[in-house]
Amino acid sequence: MTELFLTLLIPLIGSFALLFIKKEQMQLIKYVAFGFSVISFIFSIALLLKFHSDNPNFQLTYEKVWIPSLDIGFRVGIDGMSLLLVLLTTFISPIAIYSSFDAIKKREKSYYALLLLLQFAMTGVFISLDLFLFYIFWELILIPMYFLIGIWGGKDRIYATVKFFLFTMFGSLPMLVGIIWLGQFIGTHLVHVPNGFTTNYELIRQYSHFIPIEYQKLLFWAFAISFLIKVPVFPLHTWLPDAHTEAPTAGSVILAGVLLKMGTYGLIRFNLELFPQASFLYTSLISWLAVFGIVYGALVAMVQSDVKRLVAYSSVSHLGFVVLGIFSMTVEGIQGGIIQMVNHGLSTGMLFLCVGVLYERRHTREIEEFGGIARIMPAFTVFLGIAMLASVGLPGLNGFVGEFLTLLGAFKSPFLGSIWFTVIAATGVIFAAVYLLWMFRRVMFGTITNPANRGLKDINKREWATFLPIVLFIVWIGVYPSTFLKLSENSTKKLVNKLERIKFGKERYELPVIPEISKPNNTNIKNNQ
Amino acid sequence: MFDLVQLIILFPLLGFIGIGVLGKYLKSEKVIGIIGSSTVGISFIISVILFFHIISTGLAKPYIVDVFTWIATGDFSVKVSYQVDQLSILFSLIVTGVGFLIHVYSIGYMHGDRSFARFFSYLNLFIFMMLNLVLASNYLLTFLGWEGVGLASYLLIGFWYDRKFPGVRITWTGDAGNKAFIVNRIGDFGFLIAMFLIFANFGTLSYTEVQDIAYLGKSIYFDTGLITAITLLLFLGCTGKSAQLPLAVWLPDAMAGPTPVSALIHAATMVTAGIFLIARNSVLFSLAPITMEVVLIVGVITAFWAATIGITQNDIKKVLAYSTVSQLGFMFAALGAGAFVAGVFHVMTHAFFKGLLFLGAGSVIHGMHEEQNIKKMGNLAKYMPTTYKTFLLASLAIAGVPLFSGFFSKDAILWAVYNDGGFIWWLILTIAAFFTAFYMFRLVYLVFHGKERFDHHKLHPHESPKVITVPLAVLAFLSVFGGFLGIPYVFGFWFSHHPNALENFLMPIFAKSNNILGVPLEHELHAIEYLFIAIAIAVALIGIKVAINYYSDDKLLRPRRIAEKFKAAFDLSLNKYYLDEIYFYLIVDPIVNGSRSFLWKKFDVGVVDGIVNGSATVVQKISETLRRIQTGIAQNYALLMIAGIAAILAWVVSSF
Repeated sequence: MTELFLTLLIPLIGSFALLFIKKEQMQLIKYVAFGFSVISFIFSIALLLKFHSDNPNFQLTYEKVWIPSLDIGFRVGIDGMSLLLVLLTTFISPIAIYSSFDAIKKREKSYYALLLLLQFAMTGVFISLDLFLFYIFWELILIPMYFLIGIWGGKDRIYATVKFFLFTMFGSLPMLVGIIWLGQFIGTHLVHVPNGFTTNYELIRQYSHFIPIEYQKLLFWAFAISFLIKVPVFPLHTWLPDAHTEAPTAGSVILAGVLLKMGTYGLIRFNLELFPQASFLYTSLISWLAVFGIVYGALVAMVQSDVKRLVAYSSVSHLGFVVLGIFSMTVEGIQGGIIQMVNHGLSTGMLFLCVGVLYERRHTREIEEFGGIARIMPAFTVFLGIAMLASVGLPGLNGFVGEFLTLLGAFKSPFLGSIWFTVIAATGVIFAAVYLLWMFRRVMFGTITNPANRGLKDINKREWATFLPIVLFIVWIGVYPSTFLKLSENSTKKLVNKLERIKFGKERYELPVIPEISKPNNTNIKNNQ
Repeated sequence: MFDLVQLIILFPLLGFIGIGVLGKYLKSEKVIGIIGSSTVGISFIISVILFFHIISTGLAKPYIVDVFTWIATGDFSVKVSYQVDQLSILFSLIVTGVGFLIHVYSIGYMHGDRSFARFFSYLNLFIFMMLNLVLASNYLLTFLGWEGVGLASYLLIGFWYDRKFPGVRITWTGDAGNKAFIVNRIGDFGFLIAMFLIFANFGTLSYTEVQDIAYLGKSIYFDTGLITAITLLLFLGCTGKSAQLPLAVWLPDAMAGPTPVSALIHAATMVTAGIFLIARNSVLFSLAPITMEVVLIVGVITAFWAATIGITQNDIKKVLAYSTVSQLGFMFAALGAGAFVAGVFHVMTHAFFKGLLFLGAGSVIHGMHEEQNIKKMGNLAKYMPTTYKTFLLASLAIAGVPLFSGFFSKDAILWAVYNDGGFIWWLILTIAAFFTAFYMFRLVYLVFHGKERFDHHKLHPHESPKVITVPLAVLAFLSVFGGFLGIPYVFGFWFSHHPNALENFLMPIFAKSNNILGVPLEHELHAIEYLFIAIAIAVALIGIKVAINYYSDDKLLRPRRIAEKFKAAFDLSLNKYYLDEIYFYLIVDPIVNGSRSFLWKKFDVGVVDGIVNGSATVVQKISETLRRIQTGIAQNYALLMIAGIAAILAWVVSSF
């Protein structure tokens, strides 16, 4: 619990600490920001060590009621999935901060303070066990991200940041309505809570499947819209290429690395967990959107001339696999989706770092401006090559594990019941090779024809230091994914058990019986027909 | 003992990582070359030890060595685990044996290249992946190797990334690498879906378990849609990796890589992965007669198609590349005819003679200072005697001259195709064999005989160093005598009932599929078989004779006359039947253009963003209109307020 608090709060403290440093002390600002971020990572490792992967329930939970009259509380805790995503956050954030050291040359203090605030909010999203708290963190993300793109972004940054803001707001308002309605409905119709209202996630989770289907449908969409925009799922994706292209490198890295995962996380945590019957109803629809997005994102990525935009569209394609896996509602699919969230964070994050390396040297992202870079930047070539191959889904690297499991899950899913989702989605694997290899060929191979590229320096020590840890995990997950799959295995099985019990009346997976520690007391079922 | 198989895998991996990471610091080519070759050499020695252990123990069932759990979640679990049996060790021997020779050869060939270490690192990576492919005990690990060799192939085709390479829409060697990887991915798509089908229906991806289940339920599974689908999808993977129609287009362009790569990856080993996969799944394939028919037809047509292209090409490596495609077609024809042993046998002999031909070509290119056009060579036998002799022996072997290795394996294939597929397919394949003999001796004569057509002042052809010629000699020995491992019954029956050593060795592997296919245990002697052999020999000799007649004339009058007379056919062959152009025109361009002009510019930017920006504009317009109400004049506000109060009062009153 202490570890959880510290992981969450240290970035926030760091963000405040920066306010007390004079803005002329640039080195200090950078290293304080980096230091806080690294400390937070260390505590998240402690979190990992305290976590019991056998236990399918939420762990290290903490509950402090905040607004008693509405049963709104500061409730946090983690299960396997949130742990993985918290680790991803605390892993990517210091790298993003470190990668900005040379790139950001104006208003450093606010920049790093905002990055730390962002890290705080992202961690909060993944550990909240209270809908109201979740919503606060969810919206809090917008503020630093809005400024990061708007101030430190590229030349169309204002358009991009407003678009990003409006898309996200458009999604989150229905979610707020949904939270209020859900709290009200559960609190008054299904369980006795003092004032007929609650936002306690665990309580809601236990009873929400008793909500009649006609209400569940509405609630499902109230939440789903917000998440589908964030993922983003076709056709709600158009904010992403703009936001990615205009954001500073660190912003893109965090956006791709962590922010998008909030959407897929939400789909599992809220849509599948809370509205199972409605999920059964819409699984085909959303899976088709995901499959369409996989192919569509890849095809559009193929014809981009801007490297960053290309990587952005590839995100649409890759996240499609995650959504497909989630809505296959099989253990393989959801586990694949979770590991693919991590994978995408690593490999696409690394691709953005690579684009950043090129951009810092040449101040352009046009593919045609490059060519023959391999000759003068051999080390960079290796790293871009690894990131590319991980993204392509080469077996032995991380991307393959996620793609394979999500496709397999969708293939055998009794909920989807058609192999065509997988067959069409798998063509995305071909197109992924097309757009990434084409890009790599045009940027790296051939001879240097553009004189501006002639004097480019290979990556420096700092850039080495940002790439190496990512490569370590790219290979680790590719070769021995069990380390990571194991963490969320039982919580996923628990979820699938619940879904299958509701749909087919029986559970398939045996789980260790561990009593839920934070079982809410003083409540009893009121209406359980 | 069999646990040693892990070491076979381990050493090339160590070589890859070691040379890859430390290569920059190991300045000496010698050290790098020795490390790179010895890792493969050690693997070869271990393979030999296991081979003899198999023979002495008579291993009846595959021996499985589990290393660790790779991917496991839910109901799905796959291990990194290796399977020692006759088939895997045979392939392991070919891969590491031929691989070792080519590594040694590369020390000489790549001498002075600025990326010497990178080359050896990639070669070791290739060997590592190829060994995973053939030694794996489950589909997924084979798939790792499958894609991994594709990666190595991609890296090595584009090894000289700053060199140009001519081809259809190909400018740089990197483009050729991309083409290889992407075309292979289309095949891999089939492999992937096949794995899903297998797992969904058999609940496992282990080779032995799947084959056992399928074999036990053979009456249920026989000729079902499921098995047909699985095998056809696997075969799609094979057409990619082994360059068969319709995915054959990448292999000729793969010649952009350094010549040892062409020898190792694009002739001797990687491209035979498709044959391995079918042999490994012989039970499933023999349960799917439709697929077998498809495999046979695709093999025969590809063999013929590529052979007819081979006769007009002028790049020494392109001729050999089409020859490889054609020979792979022969192997698939054998598999499709149910003659698994014959297919595998041809893999082996082909690895010897085609590996040798490529290495010989490399020696020529090396001696000619990177010249590859055979029209600019001639009379090189004088300058490169060892290369010439070995090249000639390999050519005799591939042409199918009696007692050379290719003779035995090709003869076995032709007979099997006649027996199973019928006269037509046999005839087409025999014509392909005729062209094979023809284009090989066209090559021999244009390169090694006749007038010297190169510029003496600029070029001084020379024999290659020992490190290159010794591997040539070893392979030449194997090309000549390797065939005796698979003596067909018609020749050997007088000294043994089972004269075919390879068939005996592979018996446990194909026992089940032979049972399903109804292959008799005892051979029968058909008088007609002698007739077919006589025809095959005649075809080979006539092909050679015609080529010699045509090309020993320095003016090339007859070939020129024929080319003019059959201009259309000649152009078709010279331009590879325009298959590349057709694919670009019908598939690639529509997809790319459609994605750009419709999906991106119209749909993404136009429709989706149009709606988004449109609604923003609408809100803005409305706000601008509403803004006018805020005039800032107090009287207007007062007026509005009174109007409002009046309206509320009216509503209150009316509601009573």
